Amino acid sequence: MELSMTLDATTKAPIMSAKNVDVFYGAKQAIDDVSLDIAENQITAFIGPSGCGKSTFMRCLNRMNDTISSAKVTGDIRFAGQDIYSSKVDVVALRKRIGMVFQKANPFPKSIFDNVAYGPRIHDLAESKDHLEDIVVTSLKRAGLYDEVADRLDESGTGLSGGQQQRLCIARAIAVDPQIILMDEPCSALDPIATAKIEELMEQMKEDYTIVIVTHSMAQAARVSNKTAFFHLGKLIEFDETDTIFTNPANTLTQNYISGRIG
Amino acid sequence: MPDYTLTTSKQLQRRHAAEKRFQWYGRIAIAISVSFLVFMFTAIIFRGAGAFQQTEIGLNVALEEQVIDPQGLRDAGDISRANYKPLIMDAMQDIFPDVSERREKNQLYRLLSSASVFELGERVAKNPDLIGTTQTLWLPASSEVDLYMKDKIDQDVPEELRRLKDRDIAWVETLRSQGLIKKSFNKNFFTNGDSREPVMAGILGAALGSFFSLMICFIIAFPLGILTAVYLEEYATKNKLTDLIEVNINNLAAVPSIVFGLLGLAIFLNFFELPRSTPLVGGMVLALMAMPTIIIASRSILRSVPQNIRDAALGLGASKTQTTFHHVVPLAMPGMLTGTILGMARALGETAPLLMIGMIAFIVDVPKGVTDVATALPVQIFLWADSPEKGFVERTSAAIIVLLAFLIVMNLTAVYLRRKLERRW
Repeated sequence: MELSMTLDATTKAPIMSAKNVDVFYGAKQAIDDVSLDIAENQITAFIGPSGCGKSTFMRCLNRMNDTISSAKVTGDIRFAGQDIYSSKVDVVALRKRIGMVFQKANPFPKSIFDNVAYGPRIHDLAESKDHLEDIVVTSLKRAGLYDEVADRLDESGTGLSGGQQQRLCIARAIAVDPQIILMDEPCSALDPIATAKIEELMEQMKEDYTIVIVTHSMAQAARVSNKTAFFHLGKLIEFDETDTIFTNPANTLTQNYISGRIG
Repeated sequence: MPDYTLTTSKQLQRRHAAEKRFQWYGRIAIAISVSFLVFMFTAIIFRGAGAFQQTEIGLNVALEEQVIDPQGLRDAGDISRANYKPLIMDAMQDIFPDVSERREKNQLYRLLSSASVFELGERVAKNPDLIGTTQTLWLPASSEVDLYMKDKIDQDVPEELRRLKDRDIAWVETLRSQGLIKKSFNKNFFTNGDSREPVMAGILGAALGSFFSLMICFIIAFPLGILTAVYLEEYATKNKLTDLIEVNINNLAAVPSIVFGLLGLAIFLNFFELPRSTPLVGGMVLALMAMPTIIIASRSILRSVPQNIRDAALGLGASKTQTTFHHVVPLAMPGMLTGTILGMARALGETAPLLMIGMIAFIVDVPKGVTDVATALPVQIFLWADSPEKGFVERTSAAIIVLLAFLIVMNLTAVYLRRKLERRW
């Protein structure tokens, strides 16, 4: 996969880099020798057919695979130069740096305020009650949700619409001030209007965060991402500037997938 | 040519008939079970309702100081232990002047419960100012008179087979015509412990025994059960050891309760030498019994908490313990409480394990704490059902009513807690 390594000579060192990553679920190999770099303040999209391992690979980046007892990860994944699977790394600290938004919006069955405030509370980020409120309001504003919920912060987060719930989850992730936000098909359960809102949001968030998004929608990858990685059967087939992937892919598999012939 | 028929056919009619038939089977099954329940409840209530009333006889008793407190010391203990029998017999004599023979007088006296003298003593001791006056006092009638007043004596039985003779009945009728006999609320049933005398036997001792046992059971079984369930479900890695533990917990839930009683006898009584016949040991044995149920119920509730709640917390950098205790356990708590209460409701109805640790003794005193000897509601029901005196028949049913009321209260608490704590996701 050397071809993907030559890309961003223009920017600084990648914030995350993976080398020769294999993932096994029991005896089954889900990821086969994947290496790629994720550049800071950019949106990197993972695309590929169902079961190609794109979500699995993403869940390696904040060690969410640890929760699956049969999963085994080998290879080298570095965040800002540190091996995240090293025994010195505290997984709680890692997940504070690398937040996650899931496919199905999963707000806690608590108030909107408490949903957003939960992260800052467990990480002791707020110095006072006012500061906590400030963090919550700022996070909700950044997630573009504040205007819709300003007068009902004490209502349950589960009472919001699907798109609002997903933006609440984004606000919740932002509230702990991570460097990277992983998004696992964040729009797959949303209608086009809610999807558009979240895409717009990602465009703004890019200023402050590095975003990795797994998506089924090639249109979405083409719209929002700077770089796109195409996975197939657990392998990284091609990784390049999004424009290049969609206009002039190097690999025929990529070309077939983009043109809808496999998938 | 395509078939556009919309009307019914033979085959369709058969299907509809099968559907109707099945619905009727269901209705019949429900009707049968409901009628069983109704039959059971009416039988118990019909039999037991009488126990909530007690027949009393009104007497004008002259409380002579000479008899009660000849020295005038007004010592409560002495007053309550004084010999009230002659006073009562005199009062009876006033109502039935023609009864003069000693034997007959004694029989007349036996219309009253033998506990009347004690009750009279208690009352006077509590209010010594009564001494020297003549008071109209209502004293409990004997069990036989009580049953007669409740129409529960079959008068077709030949006199020599009856304990209440024809003359006794005549006396009671005289009292009735003079308005000196009445049925009133049976306070004793709710304030007394057990007694050999049906009239004086109460449920309070057994009810408190059950209550204290359940308290101990809850204090032990709830935290242990919940912690076990949480650890097994959220932390333990699946391996041979946890499989073994899981199988054994499931097996324990099916172990006959008397085995737990034997275990309690061997360990708590013989090895640790804890006090016999006490709610403390009873509660510990019931906790052993309830724990597998609580663990199994709690684990299935924990499993039903959606995984994405755990993911959400972990993804924010919550530790495993924070995830579990901030999110998973609060969501599972209503279900776990319900499981616990239902497990304890089962424990409440258990008799066998309590027999093994000696909670079957005849205990008159009402327990004041978990280390006082006591019996429990189901055991009390068993003891009364086993008593030859007729007066215990209705008390047995009344005790069952109290036990059922206990169960209903516990189940309603479970429903209430579930409603109150439930959070939807």
